[in-house]
Amino acid sequence: MSESISTPDKPEPLPEVEDAKDLFSKFDPLIKQRQDLLDSGLEDPFGLVMERVLSPVTAVCNGRETILLGTYNYMGMTFDPEVIEAGKSALENYGSGTTGSRVLNGTYVGHKDVEDALCEFYGMDHAMVFSTGYQANLGIISTIAGKGDYIVLDIDSHASIWDGCAMGNAEVVPFKHNDLEAMEKRLKRIPEGAGKLVVLEGVYSMLGDIAPLKEMIAIAKSHGAMVLVDEAHSMGFIGPNGRGVAEDQGVLDDVDFVIGTFSKSVGTVGGFCVSNHPKFEIMRLVCRPYVFTASLPPSVVATAATSIRKLMDAGDKREHLWENSKRLHKGLRDLGFELGTEEPQSAIIAVIMPDLERGAGMWEALLKEGLYVNLARPPATPAGMTLLRCSLCAEHSEEQVGQILTMFEAAGKAVGII
Amino acid sequence: MDREDTKARIDTLIEPFNKKGVAITDDTTFAGDLEWDSLTVMDFVAAIEDEFDIIISMNQQAEIETYGQLIDAVTKLRGE
Repeated sequence: MSESISTPDKPEPLPEVEDAKDLFSKFDPLIKQRQDLLDSGLEDPFGLVMERVLSPVTAVCNGRETILLGTYNYMGMTFDPEVIEAGKSALENYGSGTTGSRVLNGTYVGHKDVEDALCEFYGMDHAMVFSTGYQANLGIISTIAGKGDYIVLDIDSHASIWDGCAMGNAEVVPFKHNDLEAMEKRLKRIPEGAGKLVVLEGVYSMLGDIAPLKEMIAIAKSHGAMVLVDEAHSMGFIGPNGRGVAEDQGVLDDVDFVIGTFSKSVGTVGGFCVSNHPKFEIMRLVCRPYVFTASLPPSVVATAATSIRKLMDAGDKREHLWENSKRLHKGLRDLGFELGTEEPQSAIIAVIMPDLERGAGMWEALLKEGLYVNLARPPATPAGMTLLRCSLCAEHSEEQVGQILTMFEAAGKAVGII
Repeated sequence: MDREDTKARIDTLIEPFNKKGVAITDDTTFAGDLEWDSLTVMDFVAAIEDEFDIIISMNQQAEIETYGQLIDAVTKLRGE
């Protein structure tokens, strides 16, 4: 019997791969790579279960109390008492779900209220809420850039941006990451009269680096392009009012569409687009990922609206989060780790691993020390890198950042990376 | 535009990208024979775009699997 007791550190073995050819055969190399990794005795980096969540920054994983350094809960809003109360009240008064599209029976007062909260937060005229951030990019990009139009985008763009491009009919033209000259050359060559959309991100989530939006947006505008900026990883934290990198660089007024999410600083789930375009409201009728899906549950939009309004006045939290980011960045560099950016540019600090094997080893060693970070690997990462991505929270204490550095030192030495 | 001239210029451009030293013919495939990853493809496409002052969108790239198809596509784009 004792053999049948599952030990928390060992995942269930995967079933034997069948030899018969079918539609799944194309995944065989990936199945083998994953099996080899698990056979080496490592904990499954992509199968972690949070058994109990104790706070925005701590949880019990595999029976161990763990500091969370790999969530997007940047502002620690998930357990805010006012946010929780708003959700409970909406759940009781409006039920568990809307069971309908935003354009049919799925728009409640809460959906209008969270869109009002977004207009207040960004100081913009229009806001449109989607069921996820992924769908916001998918919907807006595929709808506004049509046949014969050109989308010019950074090669390191998020999957939701690429999928928005793939879903539409526009010509897709990527340029080298954050390269002003490469971007301008492509804009110059677009045929006369074609519609142009430039898609950028404020913070690039893999390495945690920011874009030179001021310069890029100036170039885009001089070539008559509309500009969409995904500020998913900067909302609530970067910029004087937490509106993102474009606000921080003083160019928010030149951005035609800001895409964002509720699943990071806001602390729930959902996506949005805000804009000052006078015709923006027509998007509600023509954007298929908005129309053909159920709207967010009333409790979700209530928690989002409460959280967004609290983030408008979160200057102290923003300051503490910057302190945390700077301290962790410097500490990791002093320990001898290679980092994704020279200076901390966001709340994401990426530690570059020599390869997937040692990256997975380091990830597991950290987990055993009681620290959760994100293991990121190709194809999600640029240039085939394996990264341990650390994302800080305004609720991490100074003491916890110290503990995190001690854990990194122990794990890094055990795995032989430092 | 002249296909021979296009081919000669692309023959030169591809040299630094052909790290495996594959003997390139019109039938050589980028994904299979040259085993290029997406970043190498981007850099190579950028080099061609700069050389001929053209755009090869990803939609057009999706149709190009072999070296011969690339030369045909660039020859056509130069003529537009």
